[in-house]
Parts: sequence; C-alpha cells; structure tokens
Amino acid sequence: MFVNMKLLTHNMLTSHVKGVTKGYPLLIKATEVKVNEVDFNPQFVSRMIPKLEWSALVQAADELGHRQDLPVELVPEYEKNEEFLKKVHRVLLEVEVIEGCLRCPESGREFPISRGIPNMLLNDDEV
Amino acid sequence: MSKSYTTPVYSHAARGDFRDVYDPAEDSFLLIDALEKDAERLQLMSPCVCLEVGSGSGVVSAFLASVVGPSALYLCTDVNPAAAQCTAKTASCNDVSLQPVVGTGIEAAWAGGERGREVTDRFLPVVAQLLSSKGLFYLITIAENDPEEIIRLLGKCGLKGEACLSTRAGNERLSVLRFHKS
Repeated sequence: MFVNMKLLTHNMLTSHVKGVTKGYPLLIKATEVKVNEVDFNPQFVSRMIPKLEWSALVQAADELGHRQDLPVELVPEYEKNEEFLKKVHRVLLEVEVIEGCLRCPESGREFPISRGIPNMLLNDDEV
Repeated sequence: MSKSYTTPVYSHAARGDFRDVYDPAEDSFLLIDALEKDAERLQLMSPCVCLEVGSGSGVVSAFLASVVGPSALYLCTDVNPAAAQCTAKTASCNDVSLQPVVGTGIEAAWAGGERGREVTDRFLPVVAQLLSSKGLFYLITIAENDPEEIIRLLGKCGLKGEACLSTRAGNERLSVLRFHKS
C-alpha cells in the first residue's frame, strides 16, 4: 500500500538549490496522475489544514486539474463544514502523482518524480 | 497488559535490487523497541506528520505506522534512491502507507566527520524549528557521538531530552535519545 506523491507531501517540499531564496511552491509537471481512494477522516483533515500553505495546495490542485471549486482563501469554521473537508481530503490525500517533475519556481531546476517518488537530491555544484 | 506489536517484514532489504540499502540491525531494532515502549503515548498524541531522516529500508516507519495508525503522513527521506524504492516495497509488504522522498544533503553520510556527527550537527538546529509543540524527536546514537553533549546542545534550542533506551551491540553502546519541547 505504498503511496505515490500526494499533494500533502508536495505542500512540504522546497527547493534548496544554491542561491535560491524562494524555492516554494514547486510547480508540478505531471505526466501520470491517479486518484486513489483513502478513508475520509475529518479530524485528520481539520488538524492538517492549519499546517498547510493553503495557496500552494490550491495552485497544485489546479495544475493537476483537480481543484474542483476549492476557494483561494481558506473558509472560516472549516472544522464544521464536512463538504469542504471532503474536498480538501480528496486533494490532499487522494490525488497522487506517479510520473513527472517538480520545478523550482526561482531557478527552474527540475526534480524528477519517478514511480511516485520525488527525488530532491542536488548535484555537488548546486549546494 | 500493553499490546505487543510485530516487527515489520523487511526480508527484501539489503538484497537484490536493494543490496545497497541498510539491512536493519541492532540500532534499527533498538529504535523500534523505544517506539514500542512509547506506543500508548504516541497513540494519545495522534501525530499528523511523522518524519524519518535516513529511513533506509523503511522498517522503523512501517513499525510506527502500525502503532499510530493510518491517519498520519509518514515521510521517509533517504539520500539513496534504492532506499526510497525499498521503503515503498516495505510499505506494500506490511500494508501501511509510507511516503518516500529521496532527500537532499542533510541526511547524507550520516556517520561522517569527527565523532561521526557532521550531519547530525547540521540537522540538530533545524529540529527545534520543525518539531511541533507536542511532538517527539527520537535520535539513535553510539557513545562516540557524545549523546550527553547532544542533549546539552538541543537543550539550548529549547528541547528537553534524555536517553530512553540503551543497549550494547558488540563494542558499541547504542542509545535512543528522546526529545520534546520544554
């Protein structure tokens, strides 16, 4: 039950190429995406939301064509809004990237995603 | 009586495609034992995000996932791409969800430098920033790493720590240090 790269994971990844001051959020260029159903746990999603960069999540979902109608701004009292939490659940945990790459917004460096695993390694001259 | 947990399946590690992946040994099992001792505490905490740096085969995170349950993100970073693939396989074998990431420099050459702490010393200052207010940080050390000094250093960053489990493996004195925000 290994998981391919979820948008929850993408939300936490940053480019650390030498000289880059804002390597976040990484742009997703996906060639293979799948939606994998995961049990809905509203408490988990509610607890996760404050830890997220909301705009980065919306942008990533949009890039993959899975934004649905997630708002640009986080809605108030989302803990009680099950319909909203279900949408966030889908985007965070069910949309997975299998093949593609993550592009540093500043340097343009591309980090490959292969068989669902992002590779953030840098060459010696990039650190 | 406390529940007992089984060691995850890891027989694919260190062979075949995964021959360059660290074969779980005394240090891995000591860390697993420490997590098992803390099982109830970890379940009550119900962490959202668990990060393992230098996950190798993924056996420790697979164990943690079996204790804490599926409602958490288990990020497993390793500098070795084969380790990330091995972690994926370990997740499948044990029916847990792990998220491998081939990680950048910080976790490279874990045992490098004087006292074997070059990498740990770069990672430690970041821990206090990464750890949530209720989170726990576990670190496995050998005596040569000078665990007492690591505890003092992290104390200056606001983390309170102690050795929660120790053992002797051959000539090595292994300890699991556990830290939380004070």
